[in-house]
Amino acid sequence: MSRARTTRPRWRLPLRFAVLGYLTILILLPVGTVFYRAFQHGLGVAWDSFTAPDALHALWLTLLVAAIAVPLNTAFGVGVSLILARHRFPGAWLLDAFVDIPLAISPVVIGLGLILVYGKTGWFGNWLAARGITVIFSLPGIIMASAAVSLPYVVREVLPVLQEIGTEQEQAARTLGARPLSVFWRITLPNIRRGLAYGVTLTTARVLGEFGAVAIVSGNIVNKTQTLTLFISTSIDNLDPNSAYVGAVALCVAALLVLTLLTVTDRRRSEWHTKATL
Amino acid sequence: MSVGASVADLGLPGGEPSAPADRRPERSLWRRLPPSVPPAPLAAAGRVARSAAGPTLAVTYLSLLVLLPLAALLTNAFSSGWSAFWAAITQPEAVAALELTLAASAIVAVVNSVAGVAIAFVLVRDDFRGKSLLSAVIDLPFALPTIVAGLTLLALYGADSPFHVNLAGTRLGVGAALLFVTLPFCVRSVQPVLAELDAEIEEAAASLGATPRQVLRRIILPSILPAMLAGTGLAFARAVGEFGSVVLISGNIPFKTEVASSWIFSLSQSGDLPAASAVSVLLVAISLLVLLSIGWMRRRFDVPDTI
Repeated sequence: MSRARTTRPRWRLPLRFAVLGYLTILILLPVGTVFYRAFQHGLGVAWDSFTAPDALHALWLTLLVAAIAVPLNTAFGVGVSLILARHRFPGAWLLDAFVDIPLAISPVVIGLGLILVYGKTGWFGNWLAARGITVIFSLPGIIMASAAVSLPYVVREVLPVLQEIGTEQEQAARTLGARPLSVFWRITLPNIRRGLAYGVTLTTARVLGEFGAVAIVSGNIVNKTQTLTLFISTSIDNLDPNSAYVGAVALCVAALLVLTLLTVTDRRRSEWHTKATL
Repeated sequence: MSVGASVADLGLPGGEPSAPADRRPERSLWRRLPPSVPPAPLAAAGRVARSAAGPTLAVTYLSLLVLLPLAALLTNAFSSGWSAFWAAITQPEAVAALELTLAASAIVAVVNSVAGVAIAFVLVRDDFRGKSLLSAVIDLPFALPTIVAGLTLLALYGADSPFHVNLAGTRLGVGAALLFVTLPFCVRSVQPVLAELDAEIEEAAASLGATPRQVLRRIILPSILPAMLAGTGLAFARAVGEFGSVVLISGNIPFKTEVASSWIFSLSQSGDLPAASAVSVLLVAISLLVLLSIGWMRRRFDVPDTI
């Protein structure tokens, strides 16, 4: 449709430059400065900061957490979407509403809630201590915090797709004698794969970059429970901005990768996904 | 494009917890058929088994990660009664943090909703080389981890700013961080509505002698106002709970730049969990209230859920 015309030319250029200026000052310049700062003393210095033992450990821990939390949330997300889209049961709407809660709550608050349940003085504190399990200030807590904040993304991407495609194909397969599991692998999964890819990408991005929830439950112990985001904030506190910038560049690159992936998935997705969403 | 929309940081794009009716155009066929119709006995058996085990498993996972922590938050906040709750949220440092958070969030949401409309305008009505890049830049705050967002601002507007603009430890710095992370909400909520707007109405108005200003005020603004408000609300709800992007540049100076999440964080570090829970409950209540209003408004004015 021809809408290009409606902005009067008189407005168009000033508006364009105002917008570009705002985005430059707010987003482009700051992000550019981080890259500049990371490499201003040369590649060698940047590489040394990146390969320092505590930086590498933080990177490794971050990847480990993602490797556990993302599959868990993917399984949960696909399962919940299937349940909500294909079954009617009392309280379904409540499940649907509760899944979105982490999006509405400050990550710090989510982390605090985990401490109140799994911490030493928490609800399950004695039970866990009796079995020698530490959740808070150790790996399980970090994984739970990361999983909690990124819980909704797969559901939000997969559920609408499942509702859109309906059940005719699955039903046909079942009439022909396919078992539920093979219906899932051969029909449902191929149908939702783009929405799923989108959701998993979002989940991964969130898990890699989570700060608030992890900061409160992890205890931030160097070489133990320090993830990459915590490493960045600690480096700033320790007046070692170089390490912080290098860590930030690593996460920036991951974020740019994510953006690219999303754009590519989304372009293909829009071929069939007509909802004017992002 | 609009990649990010639901994107990444995703902070709370929720808005509308219960899936609206229009999200489920295709009801499961089975529901309309008598239960005996799915023929293969195996399939039927599978369904029955799953319908009990699946929801149980899902609800357990959700409870362990989200519901139990929320319940613990509530009970801890009121563990010593209303007076303790009241004392925790009216403590001077808590009041200062909450005031700053709410005021900064409100100002930032309003500023960005105006900027968001301008940006959406350029994205929808303007055309120039590199416009798609512009669209990607808008999603960058969604995709960037919050602590990185904070660091980028500190690098440019901190103590060793190349432009000698030092916002570290100031309330302006807090505002800048909130502007950064909330921008996508304001753009992406207005953009699709603006894109759907019928240009012919504007042309008709213009041909009847309306000035561009009148067209803007009487035709464009009224149509995009609900979407604009939804974006403003989402931005506000996100800003109220913001932590990672703010901590580095704000310096967490009590009574000056300490926001509510930082206050909760330091309370929990010092072991005062009931007080931390009390402030958290208040914060959650504010966010939920805003998000529920947005949900209501979306249904009332038929605003698309685009973020």
